[in-house]
Amino acid sequence: MHNLTIAELIKRLRSRELSSIELTQHFLDRIIGLNPTYNAVITITSENALKAAAAADKRLAAGNAPMLCGVPLLHKDIFCTRDVRTSCGSKMLDNFIPPYNATVVENFERDGVVVLGKTNMDEFAMGSSNETSFYGPVVNPWAADCVPGGSSGGSAAAIAARLAPGATATDTGGSIRQPAALCGVTGLKPTYGRVSRWGMIAFASSLDQGGPMARTAEDCALLLHSMAGFDEKDSTCIDQEVPDYSATLGNSISGLRIGVPKEYFSKGLNAGTEQAVRGALAALEAQGAELVEISLPNTGLSVPAYYVIAPAEASANLSRFDGVRYGYRCEDPKDLQDLYSRTRAEGFGEEVQRRILIGTYCLSAGYYEAYYGKAQQVRQLIKQDFNSAFKEVDVIMGPTCPSPAFKFGSKGDDPVAMYLEDIYTIATNLAGLPGMSVPCGMVDNKPVGLQIIGNYFDEARMLNIAHQYQQITDWHNAAPEGII
Amino acid sequence: MSSWETVIGLEVHVQLATKTKIFSGSSTTFGAEPNTQACAIDLAMPGTLPVLNKQAVHYAVMFGLAIDAEIAKESAFERKNYFYPDLPKGYQTTQLEKPIVGRGNVEIQLSDGRTKNVRIHHAHLEEDAGKSLHEGDFRHGVSGIDLNRAGTPLIEIVSEPDMSNAEEAISFAKKLHSIVTSIGICDGEMSQGSMRFDVNVSVRPTGVTELGTRTETKNLNSFKFMEECIVKEVERQIDLIEDGGTVLQETRLYNGDTKVARSMRSKEEANDYRYFPCPDLLPVILTDETIEELRRNLPELPDARQARFVEQYGLSDYDAGILANDSAMAAYFEVATEESGSAKLAANWTIGELAARLNNEDLSITRSPVTAEQLGGLMTRIADNSISGKMAKEVFEGIWDGEGSADDIIETRGLKQVSDSGVLEQIVADVLAVNQAMVDEYINTDEAKRKKKLGGFMGQIMKASNGQANPQQVNQILAKKLNELL
Repeated sequence: MHNLTIAELIKRLRSRELSSIELTQHFLDRIIGLNPTYNAVITITSENALKAAAAADKRLAAGNAPMLCGVPLLHKDIFCTRDVRTSCGSKMLDNFIPPYNATVVENFERDGVVVLGKTNMDEFAMGSSNETSFYGPVVNPWAADCVPGGSSGGSAAAIAARLAPGATATDTGGSIRQPAALCGVTGLKPTYGRVSRWGMIAFASSLDQGGPMARTAEDCALLLHSMAGFDEKDSTCIDQEVPDYSATLGNSISGLRIGVPKEYFSKGLNAGTEQAVRGALAALEAQGAELVEISLPNTGLSVPAYYVIAPAEASANLSRFDGVRYGYRCEDPKDLQDLYSRTRAEGFGEEVQRRILIGTYCLSAGYYEAYYGKAQQVRQLIKQDFNSAFKEVDVIMGPTCPSPAFKFGSKGDDPVAMYLEDIYTIATNLAGLPGMSVPCGMVDNKPVGLQIIGNYFDEARMLNIAHQYQQITDWHNAAPEGII
Repeated sequence: MSSWETVIGLEVHVQLATKTKIFSGSSTTFGAEPNTQACAIDLAMPGTLPVLNKQAVHYAVMFGLAIDAEIAKESAFERKNYFYPDLPKGYQTTQLEKPIVGRGNVEIQLSDGRTKNVRIHHAHLEEDAGKSLHEGDFRHGVSGIDLNRAGTPLIEIVSEPDMSNAEEAISFAKKLHSIVTSIGICDGEMSQGSMRFDVNVSVRPTGVTELGTRTETKNLNSFKFMEECIVKEVERQIDLIEDGGTVLQETRLYNGDTKVARSMRSKEEANDYRYFPCPDLLPVILTDETIEELRRNLPELPDARQARFVEQYGLSDYDAGILANDSAMAAYFEVATEESGSAKLAANWTIGELAARLNNEDLSITRSPVTAEQLGGLMTRIADNSISGKMAKEVFEGIWDGEGSADDIIETRGLKQVSDSGVLEQIVADVLAVNQAMVDEYINTDEAKRKKKLGGFMGQIMKASNGQANPQQVNQILAKKLNELL
């Protein structure tokens, strides 16, 4: 049952071959049994899930149930869930129970989705290995000594371990795509403004975007259709019709022009990863697509620009965690200053504190122009790179990240090495473009991801390409040893 | 001793009279139970996002149009970062680089009849903070936060340092009050903090062009306190310099109750606010159509209203100015005038008796126990000679005390003035008949001094008529009858 895709589960649910209760109970049992191994799920909402499943079964029995009705999913613990603890992977919010739902959560609820629980993540989504979580690291189901990637490592690992058929995730600099690549699942970061950010705890507001993760592009199409759409509660959400992503999955990709940026195949790229990605490109070429070498000359500037802009925004976004109204508060503060400094020193982990300090420094009087001002200029250059490229090609493809999953602790002492994990993914966040990761091979029995970058609001085409690729390859069906 | 020149600039926070907050749907009504008007957005709960209140934007534009300022077609919000318990997000959303209102001008009238132009540097939109409430002493007391005010929309109006004494500063402050209340973007309730003034003061020797070091006294919410504060601060700075000291650039507070001013923080202690563009809000784009529509619908401004009062009602420039500069008073006056048909009476009574009485009771005209319709009713009875001015004051008190309309009180107290000339002639004749000695004295007095003798007869006549005789008519009848005896 847990090896079925969402599309297949929907068929069985609608034919009443399978009830949502059975399905939900099955995944809850798996989570309870297997999660101690992976630590992918940090809150299990069994009672709510079974209630929702019973309600979904009623709707299904009555006919006219929405497409996703009865499908169980997991939410990344960055999405606020009414009456269910939402920690954002931090001690700071370990006791935080929101009285409201994120719009994404609300949209799925509307469509009858059953929420199994909340997934582990890097603290406040700051990390590429899931090692910064207050709840401990997530184990990559493909290799017990390796990280699952981050920050949506819990969602990716849970799908790879078949603890859920799909999950929500968020991506500020690669946090959907990199863990999807490292765990061998399919993940899509939509265009900035496609999915509402209301109720999604902010890391870097101008870069954050929620998106789906599942095993296949077909499933991601179903999930994105439910989660996307205009929301008047988010001023940066764009009022544009949500297409039926499933309807175009079968389109031919013959004649598709694929841009291959030479900067994405430079030194630092693992040879096995490169081979897998080139193989995927060749497979698409065989389907009638055309490969065009392109250049995105400012790629190298994206990591430094990102590590100014994202921490700068984060330094302000995380100021609200002050021990005054909710969340962690230090014991017996002696005065206001002490309340602030100890609450924040004790409530935030090291990486979060590092980024708050970087951001505060970059915005300080005398440094603003040199850092934040300059980074914004670089951001414009990166957008221009993509705009020029999309005049020549329909999509851009390359590796999602430089190498497969790395060992726990191997980059812990070197933040810059960790930041370079996101070298291929960050530029799309800076430009606001959609990006996707699709399993495309294995290196040392660890998955490799192919990245597909689309033009603004071109998610339907990206899903179409990914789906066509998954029709001719089998990487997305591979499962870690012992899972099936 | 050299002479000194004072330079004053103001920063004025004006709470906009929108129903809801600038970035949330919470009510902005004043005086509710603490924290009953604060939603998840106002509390800065995780994941919440701001949505800009369109009405607040329109109000800011209306202010810009009222002072003939440049309106920015594109303005933007920034985050001003600092930690304080009444600032839930840890930053204030405000405008710095691209304010919505650019340069403008405000003309003020001075007591010597001169006018002066005060330049406005800009005005920007921002959110108000909450309030910290302290009980008990520092160590053992309790502090509470009330976030009802957090997120109330403000415009901050920043003037150029164009004022040179307290009178000019107060005149400017009152003019702004008049403008924002006239166009209906602020309720003008100073005691509720609807307008708050930060006063920047510096002094320099007369003739020197370079500005002296300034201090900023924050959060003054009455014209009286502002005046006291400026006078004291100017004196302090001059004394300091004359004693060989230097003025420190600092932020100060003035306590209007104790009349004590103190330093809050020096320039060195000032925060680095780390402003940067707010990524949760899009730039505010205004079309020409929107601006023109707001311009077309802009309510009458105080200066235009003053001119109209002179033109339409024949009021003096001075009276028209007093009425026109207070939109509530202007509205009151116009209703009373319409009710009575006598603008001059309505103006005199509104500015005189009513304003004095309200002032004594510390009431705003909107809370006047005497409604404009009631005052108009009273004016009607003065105009048609039903009652004398003296009786009118008694009737006014009756209305104030809630005894009903002017006509009710005249009726129940039997105050109706006697204007029937037949009746009056009889009263006068009777009084003259029983006071032959006074009549003889009158006749024997020099013509030039006779007028002074009339008062004695008047007293007798009023007494005889229970004070109800129409004094003007009595005067005429008395003069006629006495002249006949000469």
